[in-house]
Amino acid sequence: MFKIFEPNKIFSITSRAPKYVLILFVLVLSIGLVEALIISPQDYKQSHSVRIMYVHVPAAWISLGIFSSITILSLSGYIFKNNNFFLVAKSLAPSGLVFNIIALVTGSIWGKPTWGTWWAWDARITSMLILAIFYLMYLVAWRIYDDRDKIIKVTTLITLLGIINVPIIKYSVDWWNTLHQPASINILSKSTIHSSMLFPLLIMTAAFALFSLLIFLMKYNTELIKIKNKGLDRL
Amino acid sequence: MINEFFYMNGYGLFVWSAFCFTLISFIALYTVIKIQYIKEKNKFISKYGALDSKKAEIARSHSINKEILSSAQII
Repeated sequence: MFKIFEPNKIFSITSRAPKYVLILFVLVLSIGLVEALIISPQDYKQSHSVRIMYVHVPAAWISLGIFSSITILSLSGYIFKNNNFFLVAKSLAPSGLVFNIIALVTGSIWGKPTWGTWWAWDARITSMLILAIFYLMYLVAWRIYDDRDKIIKVTTLITLLGIINVPIIKYSVDWWNTLHQPASINILSKSTIHSSMLFPLLIMTAAFALFSLLIFLMKYNTELIKIKNKGLDRL
Repeated sequence: MINEFFYMNGYGLFVWSAFCFTLISFIALYTVIKIQYIKEKNKFISKYGALDSKKAEIARSHSINKEILSSAQII
């Protein structure tokens, strides 16, 4: 069923793709930066500090998306006994962690002029910090264990526990009275963000998604070569 | 005009530091992953070079190994 995704079949694509993804990323990021820093208007309340949104929100979205993908891949890998799923999940994790850190740090920078503080133990911020801890645990588990079966069990368990936190992050602003503002963009209901701000936000999100794809491809290729190195030792 | 662009009504320091942190994180992550990639590929090439002709022949029969050797300049 999943033979089409076998490393032998896709390596010829994954090894060539990064340079094209890098070019596309630089192009989309350049457009996004011009939109975010020059063309988009300032907010009537937050003035120019609203521009931090263009790096903070895409980073948070992508880190949540990557963690959800890692969980689905780990669970699928465990159910279907497909090692490639674990390899894909492992390759996604570094960019997920970095995007999570970017969301936390840029959120903190945004908090100072908006709330008057760098940090608050607010439900949204704290749950994002917990997500970063789960990312760290996941990456550390890959490093500290040697036994393949144990790695698979431990990393799957970490992702299954961590995924409980994802809806908490999403709905924390609705469930609790938080400093963090509620979501301005909704898929199911009308968004409260103006199109002049939505457009640069979507472009920056596309740029960040391309960057995570680039890092994923490079990491995936590295992991495959690592496996092949072990294969050469066994010859 | 330029000063206004950087000053941003007094929010410039916050805005620029957020964007700079993001850019630095991107460059750092890209560099780390690229170094890991180059290291593993060089290890592969040196291991492959140390194989005798029979083992090298077997290794070359694997499509990924062939790709790794031929993509030495990719990325």
